[in-house]
Amino acid sequence: MGERIISLKGIKKSFFIGKPNELEVLHGIDLEVNKGEFVAVVGESGSGKSTLMNIIGVLDRQTDGKYILDGIDISKANDKQLSEIRNKKVGFVFQTFNLIGRQTAVKNVELPMLYKGVPKKERTKKAEELLEMVNMKDRMKHKPNELSGGQKQRVSIARAIANDPAIILADEPTGALDSQTSRTVMDIFHRLHKEHNKTIILITHNRDLAEECDRVITLKDGMITDEFEGGRLNGFS
Amino acid sequence: MAFLDNILLSLESLKSNKLRAILTMLGIIIGIGSVITINTVGVSLTSSVSSSMQSLGVTTITVQLTQKSEDDEKTNQDVQIKKFGDDTPGKDDLITDEMISSFRNDFNDKVQYIELSRSVGTGTIENYDDSSSTTSVNVTGVNDEYFDAEEVNIIYGRAIKNKKDNDKDICVVSNKFVEDALGKNSKDVIGKTVTITINDMPKTFFIAGVYEYEQETASTALNQEVTTSFYIPIKTARILNGDYAGYESFKVVSTAETDTSAFLNTIGDYFTNVYSRNDSWTASASSLESMLSKFTEIMSTISLAIAAIAAISLVVGGIGVMNIMLVSITERTKEIGTRKALGATNASIRWQFITESMVICLIGGIIGVVFGVTLGMIISNIIGFTAKPSISSIILALLFSLFIGVVFGYAPANKAAKLNPIDALRYE
Repeated sequence: MGERIISLKGIKKSFFIGKPNELEVLHGIDLEVNKGEFVAVVGESGSGKSTLMNIIGVLDRQTDGKYILDGIDISKANDKQLSEIRNKKVGFVFQTFNLIGRQTAVKNVELPMLYKGVPKKERTKKAEELLEMVNMKDRMKHKPNELSGGQKQRVSIARAIANDPAIILADEPTGALDSQTSRTVMDIFHRLHKEHNKTIILITHNRDLAEECDRVITLKDGMITDEFEGGRLNGFS
Repeated sequence: MAFLDNILLSLESLKSNKLRAILTMLGIIIGIGSVITINTVGVSLTSSVSSSMQSLGVTTITVQLTQKSEDDEKTNQDVQIKKFGDDTPGKDDLITDEMISSFRNDFNDKVQYIELSRSVGTGTIENYDDSSSTTSVNVTGVNDEYFDAEEVNIIYGRAIKNKKDNDKDICVVSNKFVEDALGKNSKDVIGKTVTITINDMPKTFFIAGVYEYEQETASTALNQEVTTSFYIPIKTARILNGDYAGYESFKVVSTAETDTSAFLNTIGDYFTNVYSRNDSWTASASSLESMLSKFTEIMSTISLAIAAIAAISLVVGGIGVMNIMLVSITERTKEIGTRKALGATNASIRWQFITESMVICLIGGIIGVVFGVTLGMIISNIIGFTAKPSISSIILALLFSLFIGVVFGYAPANKAAKLNPIDALRYE
């Protein structure tokens, strides 16, 4: 077992607290992820996947329970510290890419470094390296609307790893892509996992893609109902 | 996040929506532009007026008869009623030669010249080459010091001498008059006679001297036909006018080392004292300097009033900026969510949008300044003054436009900063 990166204990999340329509979405999640693990979270719509993802990604706070990310107790952090944690510890990859349309691929990859305060020259150099790593070197000066879905997602993966975060959080990264480009994107995740020893949490509907991961966690009605070893890789071993 | 990055970000976002940015700036452009236009015209006007006044001499003090105000007369109601409506000084009210000479004795060290002049009216003479056209002159009676005080340059003959000329019919004319009306060389006319018609009465004068006519800069464009001065002895002028008593006004040129404004008050007090027993008239002193400061005061009041109106248009412009910032933030909700997910703090989001609003206003301000200075210069040139845009007011205008950017950008920027990242990310 490696170093512990994520430790969730009895995480509960309720919405509309104190109102008649108060709703508990997560009913006490216990989850531990070690450094270098590639974990898939699967579940139907409304199972609480996204809520869990938001809590793990420090976009939202749990109502109850304890969450320790890379040694930091999230419940004790203030807003500014949460921003810093998101900036340095978490790399997001979204289903809808969420690239900033006015800016070129390089500028988009530079963004997390911009908020970290990395000097301009250094962050441009790093962004170019990262884009090269995801095979986007020839499209660096292109704006998102000049890129295909798969290319956009590669840019957003490069952006996610820009600050060398503790975890990469991918929310349905292949949800908007066809199967062939999905494959390319998944291969990049595998490479990050294998070659760069990144900790990746992948949220997906796609059972086949999930089963490629080290561990598959099934969420149902706000509870972890199943957990099994994956590791079935297509052409990647 | 560095300030420069924010500026680049703002420029990028403005570039992506040029038309909207320009329309938003329009309010600021018009506001700042109108302030700068008015200011440029005002400053140009003030500086040309004051420079032409200064060239006339700030050491000159004018003593003039003025009617005593009602406040002064309140102590004596009878006199006030008796004198009501009497607005020309009587013979006994005029400033006499005795008053002037005793004043001169008292302030001999401070007075350089005392300049007396008396206008007789317009004199005309038929031109030598064409009897249907005439040349006009201003017939003015002057004392000898007048020539020194006004720096009249005698080129041939001599100036008028008080003692010698007294009430003789002699004159000093301009070289231009000699050329236009007599068609002769200036040096040949000394001692000759010239007959001019004053108030339909022909009158003959001996030419004692010829002075050099100097063009006045302000009227250069219009001086096809110039009326030059035709100087005659002051006593002769008084005889022609039919009065012998004295003067309604005279000018004092103080010595260079005299503090003009202090001397002005001294003279004022002196003549107030002299006229203390006169019920309705007194003599007051004024200088171009005091007139100049009054003029400047009026100009700055006008500028202030216009600035206040322009400030209203800037506020309207600012509201326009605020409105477009709110729209822009709503449009970019998802971007804000993404930025927050990538680690942007509330403060950096707030700064991003405040900077954007400041950049809009500053660019608007710069365009407004360029527009205003250009328009101000054009107007100043049309009026006929040298345009002088004021640097301080340009800087002030730019700072003010930045201030508007901050004031009207703050609320939208704060709204953006406080967005919940999850809601913002989910926003479609």
